[in-house]
Amino acid sequence: MKKAKRYGMVIDLDKCTGCGSCMAACMAENNVPFREDESNKLLSITWMRVYKLTNKKPFPETDVCYLPRPCMHCAGQHEGHSPCVSVCPATATDYSMKTGIVSQIYTRCFGCRYCMASCPYHARYFNWWDPVWPDGMEKYLNPNVSPRMRGVVEKCSFCFHRYQLAKEKAYMEGRRELEEDEYQTSCTQACPADAITFGDLNNPQHAVYKNKKSPNAFRLLERLGTNPKVYYTSSREWVRRSGDNYLKNEGKPAKAVHHG
Amino acid sequence: MKIDRRSFLSFLIGGAAGTALSPMPLKLTDDSSIWTQMWPWTPVPEDGEISHVNSTCTLCPGHCGITVRKINDRAVKIEGMKGHPVNDGGICLLGLSGLQLLYGPARVKTPLKRVGARGSGRWKKISWDAAVSEVVKQLGDLRAEGKSHSVGLITGSDRGTVSQLFARLMTAYGSPNVMRTPSMLDSYELTLQLTQGTRALPGFDFENADFILSFGSGIIDGWGSPVRMFKAFSGWRSNHGKVVQIEPRLSRTAAKSDRWIPVKPGTEGVLALGLAHVIIKEALYNSDFIDNYSVGFEDLKRLVLDKYSPDNVAAITAIDHKDIVTLARDFAAASKPLAICGRGRGSVAGSLDEFMAVQALNALVGNINKKGGVRAVSEIDYINWPEVQMDAVAAAGMQRERLDGAGSKKYPDTRYLLNRLPAAISSGEESSLAALLVTGANPLYTMPGSTAVKKAMAGIGFVVSFSSYMDETAQNADLILPNHTYLERFEDVPTPFGLQQPVTSLARPVVEPQFNTQHVGDVVIRIAKALGGSIAGAFPWEGYQTCLKETLGHKWETLITKGFLLDDNYRAFARQMKFDTPSGKFEFANKKTGRVPQFAPIKIEGDAKLYPLILVPYDSFRLAGDYIGSPPFAVKTVEDTVLKGKDVFVELNPETARALRLREGQHAILSTPRGQAKVKVHWFDGIRPGVVALPRGLGHTAYDKYLAEKGVNFNELIGPVEDPGTGWDAAWGIMAKLTKA
Repeated sequence: MKKAKRYGMVIDLDKCTGCGSCMAACMAENNVPFREDESNKLLSITWMRVYKLTNKKPFPETDVCYLPRPCMHCAGQHEGHSPCVSVCPATATDYSMKTGIVSQIYTRCFGCRYCMASCPYHARYFNWWDPVWPDGMEKYLNPNVSPRMRGVVEKCSFCFHRYQLAKEKAYMEGRRELEEDEYQTSCTQACPADAITFGDLNNPQHAVYKNKKSPNAFRLLERLGTNPKVYYTSSREWVRRSGDNYLKNEGKPAKAVHHG
Repeated sequence: MKIDRRSFLSFLIGGAAGTALSPMPLKLTDDSSIWTQMWPWTPVPEDGEISHVNSTCTLCPGHCGITVRKINDRAVKIEGMKGHPVNDGGICLLGLSGLQLLYGPARVKTPLKRVGARGSGRWKKISWDAAVSEVVKQLGDLRAEGKSHSVGLITGSDRGTVSQLFARLMTAYGSPNVMRTPSMLDSYELTLQLTQGTRALPGFDFENADFILSFGSGIIDGWGSPVRMFKAFSGWRSNHGKVVQIEPRLSRTAAKSDRWIPVKPGTEGVLALGLAHVIIKEALYNSDFIDNYSVGFEDLKRLVLDKYSPDNVAAITAIDHKDIVTLARDFAAASKPLAICGRGRGSVAGSLDEFMAVQALNALVGNINKKGGVRAVSEIDYINWPEVQMDAVAAAGMQRERLDGAGSKKYPDTRYLLNRLPAAISSGEESSLAALLVTGANPLYTMPGSTAVKKAMAGIGFVVSFSSYMDETAQNADLILPNHTYLERFEDVPTPFGLQQPVTSLARPVVEPQFNTQHVGDVVIRIAKALGGSIAGAFPWEGYQTCLKETLGHKWETLITKGFLLDDNYRAFARQMKFDTPSGKFEFANKKTGRVPQFAPIKIEGDAKLYPLILVPYDSFRLAGDYIGSPPFAVKTVEDTVLKGKDVFVELNPETARALRLREGQHAILSTPRGQAKVKVHWFDGIRPGVVALPRGLGHTAYDKYLAEKGVNFNELIGPVEDPGTGWDAAWGIMAKLTKA
């Protein structure tokens, strides 16, 4: 049997400029709402959020790095045991064994926010208010992604609707397999610095397969055992070390452990 | 049956267990989510036929190709156009948010005439006929009084057919007062004219350069054509190209560069001369270029050897002299070094001496007109309209001195000096401005000394804005004739700043006009025709589209099918070493005009005793800084250490903050000789002590509630400082003080 797909991302932090295109591309593609004041970042819904990291050294040794954070689509210790999927009482979030994508089904979610508490990456957001688009602006809403309503949790879906569309197209053309470029997330496509690569982590033909094996690759909070499918690469050691919590005198971080 | 305690409890427990095992709880949770979610006011986007339209983004001077995804007649997503010579599929934050501008609440939906006091926001909707006749009446009256020269035009660009139509209108009408929004384009154009004999766009071969020396240019903060710069930057990361960033603050560009040189603000030009000193003294320059293709090298040599030794430069710039020597050696030793300048996004024209010093570095390493170097770009030449036949009034008007002093004896080489306009108006000279037309610009927000600009504008009798959006200038105009947005109109889009290969792109209507707006090109032609006589005669076209088609000739077909047009005559990396200067060579100095290499530092406004800190602006890619206001998506991406609620943060080195007893997040009053504002303090190690940094792009009073009244407009705190040789605004900062609020 053909191996299941594990869609994932490798983000090159040396190339990432922190420009924010990925965030806007995500908002535009996924009908992410906005409010008058978005400066309270705990309430600001950003499926993709770019964090600013600093090395905490004084002038002029200071250094800054930007880190885009989509949903990590964690596989957990055993494929399917994502922190959020394990706790959802309503089966509103599920792990796809076919693609490795963690879904979010808005109409099933009743807003207990258990998943938000369990997500170590703050990748999930709750709709405290109904989304409101200024008069006329609802014209740009994408019909492939349903707008959410007050009381549900939402998060990055790796643009799953794009996967569905690509699969449909392939099916119509009598193919079963997707080419690498047929299914790309909105942020990957938009990134003007080509910092994001997206594809099947199990497929040696895909760029992500090679990129995740870089000696500079790491994942966020790896030691929690969440087994995320988003990898980062950085040539700066302090950046790699920011990916997890270390004791003060702990040695260099262990080499990234690759699952699956 | 008797109900005892035992059977009652059994019933309860059994019932509970039964319910729990039944599908009921699941069904209830499912239902509860359905009952509480299916509201009629949650929009359900209509599905339909998918189509794609290729066009060009004109929200910034980057001019990227875009592909817009449509569902039926709705535009739903803007993406980068694959294969476009500028951006090849990439797209930036602002470009992605374009639909929020198209469908957004900041649009001016119909021609508006002011009824209340200026800026009070009270408008009357009027018809297009009434709006055009109002303009024609005012302009006609002024002309009849022989005051045609008292009409001014502020434009965002002077390239492409729309800008040229405006310029043509002004010439035929009889006013020399056409002013382009200032930017580093002014200084680069003049630098190229003085050194290479061509007033042209600069073209940089970033893709092939391997050592970038940036004097404060925000390579990834919006300098030049942003997406192209992102791509070039990404290329350097893959090909081990080196980037050295010289600026007092750890900007995104500085953080991502290989070396950050945290120079004292305003001394970048001195550092460039210091590097030249080392390169010349150690004979590291390209002697082939210097000996065969340049003149005036001795003058440069004299200047830098005299005054700019590494020790002197170290004292001025606060950079260690060893670092200066190393940097100069590295630059000269690189196989394809390239030096650039224009601070941040390049929205200030700056000091000509500084641009000349940086260009001298390029010439010293001989990278003029070669692979990985810099060249003067000749644009695709397609606007060949017949000369305007001026009548007596127009001819007399065009003879008058420009109000801003550009081209006068004092500033002979300068073409536009918009920064001098407010002072010229307020000085109450006889030839003050009676009417002002504004297109593709928002001077009330983007010009330094906003308060003075606003005051000057209040003295102008009649202000017309052609803006698509209710920006600050439109808000304070007497009449708004709203243009279609870039997604609703045809327009030829010229070569973006910095590209070596000339490319003309086509913006075309992606959707039908959403509101009662008209193409500004059509409006100009209508106004001209209504003014009659020789003015009407200069506009033989029926409308803008005919004009564009006729002007482009056979090129139109290419544009409409491909979306862009490349110059057939362009040869990449053709090593053309003939210059259009009097000597035919690259001129470090020009004996004829008496122009020799020199350097006068720009002294910023403010007394250091009263204002001990230096306030500098910074450009952040998340906020649009030009005449376009940031759409909601962009504002949403702004970090909470930049904007929190309505408060903007200034960046301050912790050392300075401690000395001033200002805590992280504390409110403070930021004052400069030009004004003061309430800000919050953000401790940031990546800024030179003694320097305060404030982001550009906030403090709008216009646009929509997602942008307006948030933060402070940097331009309210700074005023223009004239560059001695050219009259441009060269203020890179202003002295300031911070006190507890």
